[in-house]
Amino acid sequence: MKLSFSAADEQFREEVASWLQQNLQGEFEAIRYRGGPGDEHMYHHERHAWEQRMAQGGWTCVGWPKQYGGRGCSIEQQVIFFEEYARAGGPGRVGHIGEGLAGPTIMAFGSDAQKQKYLPGIVSGKELWCQGYSEPGAGSDLANVKTKARFDESKQQWVINGQKVWTSLAQEADYCFVLARTDPESKAHKGLGFFLVKMVQPGIEVRPIQQMTGTSEFNEVFFDDAVCAADDIVGAPGDGWKVAMGLLGFERGVSTLGQQMQFQNEFNEILKIAKGNGAAQDPALRQRIAKAHTELKIMRYNAMRMLSGQSGGDGSLQKEALIYKLFWASWHRELGELAMDVLGPQSQILEAAPYQLSRLQAMYLFVRSDTIYGGTNQIQRNIIAERGLGMPKEPRP
Amino acid sequence: MEFVFTDEQNMIRDTAESFLQEVSTSAAIRDVMVTDRGYDPALWQTVCSDLYWQAIHTPEDYGGMGLGYVELVAMQEQMGRYLFCSPYYASVCMAINAVLVAGTAEQKQRLLPQFCAGKTATLAFAGEAAAGYGGRWDVATVDATFEAKGDGYLLNGHYEFVIDGASADYLILAARDAATKGAASQGHHGISLFVADANSPGIKRELLPTMDQTRKWARISVTDVVVPNSALLGAQSQSGDALAMVLDLATVALAAEQMGGAQQLLDMTVAYTKERNQFGRAIAGFQAIKHKAADMMLRVEVARSGVYYAACVAEEALQAIQAGTAVDLVALQEAASVAKAYCSDAFFKNAGEAIQIHGGVGFTWEYDVHLYFKRAKASEQYLGTGAWHRERLAALLLDGEGVL
Repeated sequence: MKLSFSAADEQFREEVASWLQQNLQGEFEAIRYRGGPGDEHMYHHERHAWEQRMAQGGWTCVGWPKQYGGRGCSIEQQVIFFEEYARAGGPGRVGHIGEGLAGPTIMAFGSDAQKQKYLPGIVSGKELWCQGYSEPGAGSDLANVKTKARFDESKQQWVINGQKVWTSLAQEADYCFVLARTDPESKAHKGLGFFLVKMVQPGIEVRPIQQMTGTSEFNEVFFDDAVCAADDIVGAPGDGWKVAMGLLGFERGVSTLGQQMQFQNEFNEILKIAKGNGAAQDPALRQRIAKAHTELKIMRYNAMRMLSGQSGGDGSLQKEALIYKLFWASWHRELGELAMDVLGPQSQILEAAPYQLSRLQAMYLFVRSDTIYGGTNQIQRNIIAERGLGMPKEPRP
Repeated sequence: MEFVFTDEQNMIRDTAESFLQEVSTSAAIRDVMVTDRGYDPALWQTVCSDLYWQAIHTPEDYGGMGLGYVELVAMQEQMGRYLFCSPYYASVCMAINAVLVAGTAEQKQRLLPQFCAGKTATLAFAGEAAAGYGGRWDVATVDATFEAKGDGYLLNGHYEFVIDGASADYLILAARDAATKGAASQGHHGISLFVADANSPGIKRELLPTMDQTRKWARISVTDVVVPNSALLGAQSQSGDALAMVLDLATVALAAEQMGGAQQLLDMTVAYTKERNQFGRAIAGFQAIKHKAADMMLRVEVARSGVYYAACVAEEALQAIQAGTAVDLVALQEAASVAKAYCSDAFFKNAGEAIQIHGGVGFTWEYDVHLYFKRAKASEQYLGTGAWHRERLAALLLDGEGVL
């Protein structure tokens, strides 16, 4: 067990840092530190341009195998990349759903044709993805999906009808991966399909959901005879659940490190404010600041344990991975509260009318969703108890 | 970066686990916890002679196994899990560390082989300030004094809460320069460490009856105790930083023990919920119980990540000592406080939840939960509560320029 990096890795660190220093400036100066959760709507087009600049430097999909256009970085190098990216104030990545979720799923379960068709657009930073899982009435109960996909024999394509909800950045996405029922008679996790669907087409309507932040990162997506080519289903009809669950495994992977670096930036901002406005003298706030620091540090090492290889083999998650979502989401929610309390009454004053929030204000409001999306804290506890501790499921009537 | 145990470390952990599970049973703990010594000397000798655990991180040059702090922490985790009553913590995680950090090569050569042969020892440092509200545990709490006399030193003062202080063969005593006590001898300044035979004339040891019976505390007073020059560890009056480092190393080891205890509470509680029926089914099936258990597991896993991180930092610090290079004391302090703050709270919360989930039987003497509940509070208090360590971190984060 060791924490230090090799000389070669440290050299890689310098390479990353120097590229970022040379590129994250000028036209991109304004987007430094912007575009995290709760701030995703900001500077979208500039960040999309940044994504493509990153691609030119070969810094998208750094963990992907080279054969798919990635950089083939080791876990260590990925850790370093995320560290340096955050240190430089790199903006929230508009391509993260494609790079972290859609791409790895296509690599693991997709056909050669799908790989050729979709992966280059992700690597180049040009094509953006969104995730079509949640439905009204099927939040954490993902197996309760009602959206239907019917194969039209005459046109040789899939026809999709239904509705998804809480779809992040659907308004900006080129493609959506959609979990839909291929067997209308099926129930729960059986009879599902996993589809790669073009967003801009007559059968799809995106309606923004205005959130408590006043902005709209989440959307409703309506499918009304939307179509999907016959070869744009990943795996066979009925395999959707397996594919979707494989994807959830990727969600708990290296991308968590990038997220932590965002957390560190937020924490540093709070620290700076506390030192400036006298909150640093308040014993109760000192305790909370130190607690936040403690758990943020540990979060990093928990992620490193998670990435250091014991997980894998049989695809089951180690215990440190099982607790990870509950841990970070609860931590982040507390950080939002801490930010407001460090700011004091000043936390109530907006940057501008009618409802322009500061970055920390937006974070404070947005983090209420962290403990809900991707499996609520309550669902996470069920998963931990059942898979991690072997406790029985609730009896079903 | 490879943040998992190696195969060898896993083997050490597994060996410790299976041995302790066998010898540190509920009955065995209860047999020894009511004795003054607090442990079984025959079993301790077996640990020392057959397993050589007490020598785990002592360098091979001094008769040790030459392994690292990660291995020591793996051992401590299992000691905490099985509430192993032994002088291991005091001897290995405090006294041996003190010699490793502050001692000269000659002193290491003279003392470490004795400790590796099974002689017990402990560290006495905390003065009256440790007894006050909240307790203080840093170097500043040292208030015993020394003065040069003839070919040696004269020691005077009191020590509070000395772990295994009444039974140890040797004492490592921290003291301040009497000549400069006051303005010139505060905080880290003017501190020396001495090794003394615990039965030296003038040393009075008083076993303190404690709520946690599984680890013994003592009060020690030293009155005109004479020690030779060779008893002084390192340079006179220059051991403040060394003592701080020893305390941080001890803090990391204690956090590991707390994490092991929190793990055991989780395991025993979950096992109990699967057997205990209410309303026609095992209570493990109720969400209210599952959610508490899930939170217990979260605390254990988070604690584990924090402890392993601190173990790596501790290992680097000890390697620097051995190599004679500069030690990053702030990094060690930060890692120790992160681990101890989290583990103190996690162990205590898990112990409280374990009682609650066990229900009425969790409140009984017969069930083992109370042994852990009591140990949790004792080890939370010792070397600083969560709040104490958070304040230490807050000072690093908020009162200086440094970014952690």
